[in-house]
This record gives sequence, C-alpha cells and structure tokens, in this order.
Amino acid sequence: MNYKNDHFVSSWQMLHVIALILIFFVQVSFANEAVPVAEDPVLEKRLIELSENLRCLVCQNESLAGSRADFANDLRREIREQMKANKSDEEIVNFLVARYGDFVLYNPPFKPTTVLLWLGPVLLFLGAILTLILYLRRRRSLVSEEPQQLSESQQLQAETLIRKIEKE
Amino acid sequence: MTRFLLPLAVFIVLVVFLGVGLTLNPRQVPSPLIDKPAPVFELQQLHDPAKTLASQDNMGKVWMLNVWASWCVACRDEHPLLVQLAKFGIVPIYGLNYKDERSTAIQWLKQYGDPYTVSIIDADGKVGIDYGVYGVPETYVIDKKGIIRYKHIGPVTVKSLEDKILPLIKELQG
Repeated sequence: MNYKNDHFVSSWQMLHVIALILIFFVQVSFANEAVPVAEDPVLEKRLIELSENLRCLVCQNESLAGSRADFANDLRREIREQMKANKSDEEIVNFLVARYGDFVLYNPPFKPTTVLLWLGPVLLFLGAILTLILYLRRRRSLVSEEPQQLSESQQLQAETLIRKIEKE
Repeated sequence: MTRFLLPLAVFIVLVVFLGVGLTLNPRQVPSPLIDKPAPVFELQQLHDPAKTLASQDNMGKVWMLNVWASWCVACRDEHPLLVQLAKFGIVPIYGLNYKDERSTAIQWLKQYGDPYTVSIIDADGKVGIDYGVYGVPETYVIDKKGIIRYKHIGPVTVKSLEDKILPLIKELQG
C-alpha cells in the first residue's frame, strides 16, 4: 500500500516536471514569434490599424492585416517601409489605390459610381416605410367605412342560417 | 392585377441583379492603371544580370509585358500560346520574372520554351506592386507612348488573344 502510494506520488511528480518543461517550451516559442513586433511596436500597431481597413486581393474576404498570403506579406512590407519613410496614412492609402483601385478599401469613397452603394440601403428603407404608411392608411379607410346594408335576399339567407343553427 | 404584377416585377429585377452578380468574376479587379503611363522600372535581365532593361527603352513600340514565375502553375497553361505568339513576331513580349529564383527560372524557360524578347528580374516583387500585380500570370499591353492600354489577369487564352489583345495591338501599331 505504502509502496503503491509512493509510486503514485512519483509519477505525479513526473507529470509536474513534464508540464514544466512543456510550459518552458511554449514560452520559448511565444518569445520567438513576438520578436518582429517588438522591433518597433508603435509602427507595428499603426501598420495593423491601417491594414485592417485594406482588402487582400488574393483572399478577398480577408483584410491585409489578417491575411497570411504571400501577397499580403509583400504589401505589409511595402507599407512598413513607407511608414519608416515618414509617409502619412493617407499617402500610403493613395499609393495603394493608385495601383489596385478602390477595391483595396473596405470603406469605399463616395463617388458617382458608388452612389447606389452608399444610398441604396437608405432608399430601400425609406421606400419600405412609405409602402407601410400607404398600406396602413388604405386599410384604416377600409375599416372605418360604414358597414354595408344587407340586401333583402342576403338578410333572408342569414336568418335561415341562424335558425338552422339554433335548431341543432 | 397590379397587386401581383408589382411584386413580380420587383422579384424579376432582383433575380436579374443576382444573375449578373453570379456571372461576374470577383478575381478580375479592374485596374486603375489602364490608360495611365506604365510605371517606370529599370531591372536586371534574367539571362545576363550585368545588363539592365528600363521601361523607357521600349518607348516608340507596342509591347507586351507578361508577369510570370516558375512557381506559377497557371503560367504553364498560357506558356505554349505565348511561345507560338512569339514565333509569329507580331509583338515583342517582355517577361517580368516575378519573385522567382534565377536558376529555376532559367531552367523553366529551357524546359517550356522562351517566348520573351528579354526577361527581367523582379525578385522582391516591388515592380509588381507598382504594376498592381496580385495574381500571376498577368499580361499588359503598352503602347508607343508608354501608356498601359490593356491588362489581362490570369492565363492568356486563344479567345482573349483573338478577341481583345491582337486586334488592340494591330490598332495601336497602325
């Protein structure tokens, strides 16, 4: 019993040692990945903020900040270099738009070609509200109309029906 | 009657829009560089790095710039067509060897044929960025004044050559 318990403890300790080693390795690998960011954290933060609003043209549903594509890497490098050369965010965005078009922007500018894109939802919403108002008005006027008088034959029909029900 | 016709009309318009949207290729992003001066470059030649080629050297002639790489699978699709086109001698084709290894690029040309008047090396893809390259292969038609007149994204096909590229080149050379 005692022996067994000892064995248990020792294997428990072994687990501890293994866990510690694992933690050590995990920390080491984290430290490795963090190196390029630490190089210039301010610039890197600015790069991420800017490139989050830019589309990666290879994998179009990813931002330039989030994409692992080689192409995105190149563009990030280009942006980084321009930031180091003291270019403003606007200058960098203009540089990219001149080469890849407005499509790189997740936030397209308001231009004649994008009027429908920007105003379309508002127009749809206003149209829906207008239709709703018109429909409600028409319905109210229908409901508030005087109830029609029944014709003689209809009156007769109704009375016979009522009588039939009462009999049953 | 209009009660049913109006929703039907709205529905048909919606279907038409969605139908058109489905047939468009989202990979083909229109280039803002069309009808703009081709970005200037001066790059080392693939076969003789001691020599360079500058974009201005081609002023006064209509030329094609084909962006290619040995790692690019789709380039293999269009390559026989380019080799054939080069044989006709209608238009000089310049190759922009994009982010490639020099030795493998040369080996690749040996294996599949070399349609290029000159290939130039864009090892880090900087000139590629200037030209708005995002998917190799891409092909540009540049006129005598150094203006980009057409950009083809993806492999060149017989259809695109016959319908667009060759008539345009003929017109520009005219």
